[in-house]
Amino acid sequence: MSEQADKLELTPDSFKRVGANDTDAQEKISAPSLTFFQDAIRRLKQNKAAIISFWLLAIIILISIVSIWWTPSDPNAQHVAYANLPPKIGNGIPGFTGQANVGGQLVDKYAQANVPKGTYYILGTDYLGRDLFSRLMKGIALSLLIGMLATLFDLMIGVPYGIISGWRGGHTDTIMQRIIEIISSIPNLVVVILMLLLFTPGLGSIVVAMGITGWITMARLIRAETLTLKTQEYVLAARTIGESPFKIATKHLIPNLSSTIIIQTMFSIPTAIFFEAFLSFIGIGIPAPNASLGTLLSDGQKTFRFLPYQMWYPAAAISIIMIAFNLLADGLRDAFDPKTNN
Amino acid sequence: MGKYILKRVGYMILTLFIIATATFFLMKLMPGSPYANQAKMTTEQINIMNHQYGLDKPTFQQYLIYLGGLLHGDLGTSFQFNNQPVSYLIASRIGPSMQIGLQAIILGTLLGILLGAIAAIRKNSWVDTVATFFAIIGRSIPNFVFAVLLQFFLAFKLHLFPIALWEGFTSSILPTIALAMAPLATTARFMRTEMVDVLNSDYIELARAKGNTPWQTVAKHALRNSLIPVVTIIGPMAVDLMVGSMVVENIFSIPGIGDQFVKSITTNDYSTIMGLTMLYSTMLVVVILIVDILYGLIDPRIRLSGSEGSQS
Amino acid sequence: MEKILDVKNLQINFATFAGQVQAIRDVSFHLNKGETLAIVGESGSGKSVTVRSIMGLLANNAHIVGGEIDFKDQDILSMTDRQIENLRGNDISMIFQDPMTSLDPTMPIGKQVAEPLLIHGQMNKAAAMARAEEVLELVGITNAKNRMKDYPHQFSGGQRQRVVIAMAIVNYPEILIADEPTTALDVTIQAQIIDLMKDLQRKIDTSIIFITHDLGVVAGIADRVAVMYAGKIVEYGTVDEIFYDPKHPYTWGLLNSMPTLDTHSEKLYAIPGTPPNLLDPPDGDAFAPRNPYALAIDHEAMPPFFKVTNTHYAATWLLHPDAPSIEPPAAIQQRQQLYRDLIASGQIGTFPQKETDKNVSN
Ligand SMILES: Nc1ncnc2c1ncn2[C@@H]1O[C@H](COP(=O)(O)OP(=O)(O)OP(=O)(O)O)[C@@H](O)[C@H]1O
Ligand SMILES: [Mg+2]
Repeated sequence: MSEQADKLELTPDSFKRVGANDTDAQEKISAPSLTFFQDAIRRLKQNKAAIISFWLLAIIILISIVSIWWTPSDPNAQHVAYANLPPKIGNGIPGFTGQANVGGQLVDKYAQANVPKGTYYILGTDYLGRDLFSRLMKGIALSLLIGMLATLFDLMIGVPYGIISGWRGGHTDTIMQRIIEIISSIPNLVVVILMLLLFTPGLGSIVVAMGITGWITMARLIRAETLTLKTQEYVLAARTIGESPFKIATKHLIPNLSSTIIIQTMFSIPTAIFFEAFLSFIGIGIPAPNASLGTLLSDGQKTFRFLPYQMWYPAAAISIIMIAFNLLADGLRDAFDPKTNN
Repeated sequence: MGKYILKRVGYMILTLFIIATATFFLMKLMPGSPYANQAKMTTEQINIMNHQYGLDKPTFQQYLIYLGGLLHGDLGTSFQFNNQPVSYLIASRIGPSMQIGLQAIILGTLLGILLGAIAAIRKNSWVDTVATFFAIIGRSIPNFVFAVLLQFFLAFKLHLFPIALWEGFTSSILPTIALAMAPLATTARFMRTEMVDVLNSDYIELARAKGNTPWQTVAKHALRNSLIPVVTIIGPMAVDLMVGSMVVENIFSIPGIGDQFVKSITTNDYSTIMGLTMLYSTMLVVVILIVDILYGLIDPRIRLSGSEGSQS
Repeated sequence: MEKILDVKNLQINFATFAGQVQAIRDVSFHLNKGETLAIVGESGSGKSVTVRSIMGLLANNAHIVGGEIDFKDQDILSMTDRQIENLRGNDISMIFQDPMTSLDPTMPIGKQVAEPLLIHGQMNKAAAMARAEEVLELVGITNAKNRMKDYPHQFSGGQRQRVVIAMAIVNYPEILIADEPTTALDVTIQAQIIDLMKDLQRKIDTSIIFITHDLGVVAGIADRVAVMYAGKIVEYGTVDEIFYDPKHPYTWGLLNSMPTLDTHSEKLYAIPGTPPNLLDPPDGDAFAPRNPYALAIDHEAMPPFFKVTNTHYAATWLLHPDAPSIEPPAAIQQRQQLYRDLIASGQIGTFPQKETDKNVSN
C-alpha cells in the first residue's frame, strides 16, 4: 500500500477538505433494487423447465380453445366400419402408416376397411370408429376445464374461509379449524365417490364433488398467511384508521396473498385433472360418449395389449400436462419463496 | 402424553361417527336398487327380501341398527356378492391389499429418503437433477398409467412377470412398483426440502466447526433432524395409496379391497361401499393418530413438553 | 510476544447473481498468544467472513482471491480439508452469534458438548462425558450432572449460549473465535457472558478473537481493537488507543454512536449514510462518501496505514504530514484530553515497547 502512496501525485489541493460527497451518487452506485414481484419474475425466467412448461401449457390451452369450434372430425360420430384403425398421416410416415401387425404380417387396415383414399386418422380410431385425434383434443379441453373449474371452487371457498378464520381469530378460528380437521380426516376420495354416486355423473357433479374437499389446503395456507399479515404494520395502520374489513381484505390482504394463491392454484389444477382421470378410469367420471382424458385412458386400457396406440396418446397427453403444471408450479413456488430452494 | 392420546382418540371416534352417519344417510338417498336381479323379482319377493334385511323398518331405526352393528364389526350384507357379510368380504380380500400397500410404502419411503437426502447433500449436481426428475415423474404420471405401462412392457412384451394373476410375491412386484412411485416422489421431494433447510441451519455449521467431516455431520446431525418431519407425510401418503390401490388392483386383477371397491361402485353394492368407506376412514384416522403419537415420541421438543404442540 | 495467528493481505470475493462482491479487501492483522483482539465494525463490514475464513467455513460461492492465514506458521488456506477438520474444534473453536439456533435440537446437550473430544479422539466416551460435565459446570450451568441429558429447548437463551461456549472450550483450544456471542442476549446476560469469557481465558489460557458491532462491549474484554469498514481494516491499536485517541473519522463516528456515561452526549449519534456497495467499491477511502472530514484525496486514492505509535495504525489521509490539521468532534477531543490526563497521572501507560508491528510497513 505504501508503494501505491509513493506513486500518487500529491498536490496541496489533494488535501483540501471537501467532506462527504453527495449521497445521491452513493445511491446511484448501488444496484437497482427490484420489487418483490419483479424479483420473483426474474427468478422464474431463469428457470428453464418452468418457462418451457409455461409455453407448452399455453399452446395446449390454445388448442383446447380451438377445439370448442373446430376438430378434424366429429369426436362423437361413430363409423363402426372404420373401427380400430391405426394412426395414419398423409401417405404414411414411420409409425403413422395405417398398417398393423396381424399374425406377423403387416396389413394395411385402411385398405381392409375400404377407407376412401385421402381420408386418414392421425391418431387412428377407437372401437366405435371415432376419430381419436378429435377425441383427444376434446378430451384435453374437458380435462382442463374440469381442472380449472374445480380450482375456481377451491378459490371461492378456500380463500374467504382462510381469510375469515385467520382474520377473526379466537373462537371463530377455533371452530373453523375444527371443521377443517374433521373434513380432512375423511379420505377425500371417499367423499368424492359418495357425492358422485348421489348425483348424476357429469361435469357439474365432478367439479362439485372435488370442490367439496379440495378447498381445505387452500384455506389452511391462506389462514396461515393471513395470521402473519394481520400483524404487519400497514395492515394495522389500515385497521386503526378504520377501513372496512372488506376493503382491507381486497386492498391489503388479497394482493399479498396473491403469490400463495397463484402457486396453490397451479398445484390444484393438475390434482383435479388427475382426479377426473381416476374417476373416469374406474367408471364414475364423465359419462359416454363425451371424451375426457380419463375416459380415453379407460377406453384405451381395455384394448391396450393389442391396440396400444389407443392408450399411448392420451397417456402421453395427461403425463405432459401434469408434468408441465407441476414444473410451472414448482418454478413459481421457488421464485416467490426463494428460501425453499436455495 | 397419556391425556393427549385420550383426547385424540376421542376426536377420532367423533370423526368416525360423523362419517358413519353421513355415509348411511347418503346411501339412503342413492338411486338404484340394492338387489342384483331386481328386474326378475316379483314385488312379493322384494318385500320378503326387504323384510329379511330390515329395509322395511323406518330409516332412523335402520340407522340405529346400522350403528349397533358397526360397534360389533358388523358391516351389513352385500346384496351383490352372494349375500356374503361385508365384513367377511373384506376379511378375505384385505390380505393382498395390505401386502402390496405395505411393500409399496416401504419401498417408496426408503428410496425416497435416500434420493432426497443425496439430492440435498449434492444440491444442484446431476444427482439432484435426477432426483428432481424422478420426483416430478412420480408426482405427475398417474399411477394407473404407470401400472398399464409396467404391465405392457415388463409382463406382456418381455414376460418377466405375470400379467394379471395373484399368486404370491412375484405377482406383487409390478403392482408394488406402480404404487410406490407416488410415495417415492413425495418422500424424495419432502426429504430434500427438509434436508436443505437443515443443512443451512446454524447447528450444522457448528457441527462442522467442531471438526466433523461432511459425512459425519450428515450422519450425526442432519439426517435425524430432517427425518423427523418426514413422519408427518405418512398420513397423506396412506391416502394416496388407498386411491392408487383401487386402480392398480383393478389393472392387475388383484383380489384386494381396492378392486372390490371399484366393483361395488359399478354394481351399486351400497352396503359394501359403506363398509369399505368406514374401513378406509378408520384406517386413515388411525394412521394419522399413530403418526402424531410417533412424531411426539421421536421429536424431543414435543416429547418432553408434553401434550401440546401436535402438528396437525 | 508470540504471534499465534497471522492474517496477511486476505482478499475474498463472493460470486453472486449481480457480480463479484468484494467482501474482504486486503485485510491483515495478527493475534498474539493469550490476548483478546476485538474486531468491530458496522453490519456487513466483513467481520464474519474474515473469521469464517480462519475456520475454513466460507460459503460455497466464496472465492479466496489472495492472502495467507498462518496458524503457528502453517497456512490454513493451503491446508487439505482433513487438516482443517483437525484444527476445527480442536485448536481453533468458534462461538456463533445466535444461541437459539446453534444447538442441535434433537441431541442431548451433554453429547453435543462432548462431541469435539470424541471427534478428535482425545478420550473415550466416559471420559469425554465427564469432561463435558466439568466444562458445563465451569461455564455456569448449575446442576450440570443432571442436565447432561436435557435437550436445548429446555434451556434459556443465556444458558444455551453458555452451552455453546462450553462446546467451544471443551478441547481447550488455542484460539477461540466469538462472532457476536452476546448480540442475541439481553444486557445483563451479555455482561455475565463477557465476564465468563474473561474468566475462562485466564483459566484455559486461550487467545480470543471477539467480534462485535457494539464498541461498548469491547472496552471490557479486549486488549487490542481492529476497526473494520467495507471489507478493510481502517484502524487498529490497543484498546486505550482506539478508545481515547482514535484517528480515523470512521472510528470517531463509531465512538460517537456509542452510548456511554463519559461522553455526555444528549442525543445518540448515528453515522449518516450507508456503507458502499461492495460489488463496485470506491477507489478512495470507502468511508469518504460518508465522511464530513474527507479530503479531496480521500475520494481518489486509498489511504495507506499511517503509524501513530508502535501499536497504533490508521488508514486515513488525515495523518499525512501534508494534511491540514482537522479538529475531531468535540466528544472525541474530550476523550483525547482524558487520555492525556490519564497518561500524565500515570494511570495508563502508552505501551511504547509492548510490541512492534511488522505487518504494516510504513
Ligand atoms: N455467501 C455470501 N454471498 C454473497 N455475499 C456474501 C456472502 N456472505 C457474506 N457476503 C457479503 O459479505 C459482506 C460481509 O459480510 P459479513 O457477514 O462478514 O458481515 P459482518 O461484518 O459479519 O456483519 P454483521 O455485523 O451483520 O454480522 C456483506 O456485504 C455480505 O453481503
Ligand atoms: Mg456477522
